[in-house]
Amino acid sequence: MKKKERAAVISQESLAAGIFSMWIRTDAAAEARPGQFISMYTEDGTKLLPRPISICEIDREGQALRVVYRVTGPDTGTEQFSRLGAGDGIWLVGPLGNGFPVEKAEEKRAFLMGGGIGVPPILELAKQMKCEKKQIVVGYRDEQTFLRDEFSRNGELYISTEDGSVGTKGNVMDAVRENHLDADIIYACGPTPMLRAIKDYAAGHGIECYISLEERMACGIGACLGCVCKSKEKDAHSNVHNKRVCKDGPVFLASEVEI
Amino acid sequence: MNTKINIAGVEWKNPVTVASGTFGSGEEFSEYVDLNRLGAVTTKGVANVPWAGNPTPRVAEVYGGMMNAIGLQNPGVDVFCERDIPFLRKYDTKIIVNVCGHAPEEYLAVVERLADEPIDMMEINISCPNVNAGFLAFGQDARNVETLTAQIKKLAKQPVIMKLTPNVTDITEIARAAEAGGADAVSLINTLTGMKIDIHRRTFALANKTGGVSGPAIHPVAVRMVYQTAQAVKIPVIGMGGIATAEDAIEMILAGATAVAVGTANFADPQTAEKVVEGIEHYMEQYGIEDIHDLIGGVRE
Repeated sequence: MKKKERAAVISQESLAAGIFSMWIRTDAAAEARPGQFISMYTEDGTKLLPRPISICEIDREGQALRVVYRVTGPDTGTEQFSRLGAGDGIWLVGPLGNGFPVEKAEEKRAFLMGGGIGVPPILELAKQMKCEKKQIVVGYRDEQTFLRDEFSRNGELYISTEDGSVGTKGNVMDAVRENHLDADIIYACGPTPMLRAIKDYAAGHGIECYISLEERMACGIGACLGCVCKSKEKDAHSNVHNKRVCKDGPVFLASEVEI
Repeated sequence: MNTKINIAGVEWKNPVTVASGTFGSGEEFSEYVDLNRLGAVTTKGVANVPWAGNPTPRVAEVYGGMMNAIGLQNPGVDVFCERDIPFLRKYDTKIIVNVCGHAPEEYLAVVERLADEPIDMMEINISCPNVNAGFLAFGQDARNVETLTAQIKKLAKQPVIMKLTPNVTDITEIARAAEAGGADAVSLINTLTGMKIDIHRRTFALANKTGGVSGPAIHPVAVRMVYQTAQAVKIPVIGMGGIATAEDAIEMILAGATAVAVGTANFADPQTAEKVVEGIEHYMEQYGIEDIHDLIGGVRE
């Protein structure tokens, strides 16, 4: 039987303004895959709902997961998480969701694309992926390019920044164009406008494309139907044109969903 | 120790079920909860045809609770009967199917379709907006409630629970109407209508603008309404609204509930319903209570 687990914080550090990295000792590491998430719970009885946080790195031998997350404001659940340190406990459920189909990249030229707080899950994907050409394209607001060193050790790295301080000025698609990059398969996680542009690009070029969606969640396990997205075809489970982001996703074949 | 209760001839092994819509049809939660431990499983509302529900965002957190405006997304009664009922039949628990509709014909179509299905009870969600009666939800008009209850009772082969909305001036009036219409039990409370505004984006937190508030924040309101209703009707009351612990559940039972449902707290910990069952047993041991019936309505003045 699965259950809400009392996991232990191993370490925590700030990577950039408002961006924190936490390593957690947890049973969830045993089966976790890139692109999955964990539900993290606060200790605050006034905040009932879990915070779905994507998995950034998996250390199976060390039974540990790394999450890199953004603090969304003062007195939020994520701010409470950011105050935890080594030895503190944290309640979580996971791993949840389907994850990226990493094996589909074999012998292909791949784009691994992340934007904003959609950047972290791309790291474990990059570490596990075996492909012909691993092109990591990540977009940030400014020069605070967190996880940059880890990315550069795991593939060809291309960076875009909104203010042009590092790499291509603009977004990840601008970086693809400026560097004349090509791919046979795309994996992406980030804000919806970015995913929409990538989905359009992939459709226009006939490229297989997987996108990780984000939506407000309540249960995180597929029961409450809070976090649905529109699907192109009628979904087998819902029997309507909706898929559950938490359970059927968060990763979808881009052509299957309407965003 | 006896924890068994009986509602309209249906015996539950203990007085704990889950609130409709917070537990799917049991399958997702069965990985976290031993469904055999629950008195009953109450399913997400099902309509005569599939409903797509509302746009997102459909959920938002509020202080001590949450709001939702899912819009009763459901796969329709045919898929429900083929897939979800056989799943639940594998467990030693009672099956309560929640029924929703926009209009009397839609409710009646579902009730008729379920008549010969192997389910134990039906719970009728009468807090949906009713297109036939203008802007009032079905459950906000006592005459509508009595009429609909009577129509359903004519067709239903299983006991009927009418689920009441708290968004009324006097919930006992609605409860009495359900009783007059022949309801076997009433369940309350459904969510309280609320609104949340995101001040940074200056937009509504929910795409639907309004949503149902649930969770521990509303528990005292629910206890009050369960108490008043239990005083007002002779049929059993199933109490719900913000139950997160066994203590909350016992409070509701002392107020007059024969059974209780765990709702939003299932999201805070998927095992909550099972923990509430265990906690009620511990409480009975602690106070030497031989029979759960000694607690029902047992609050002293």
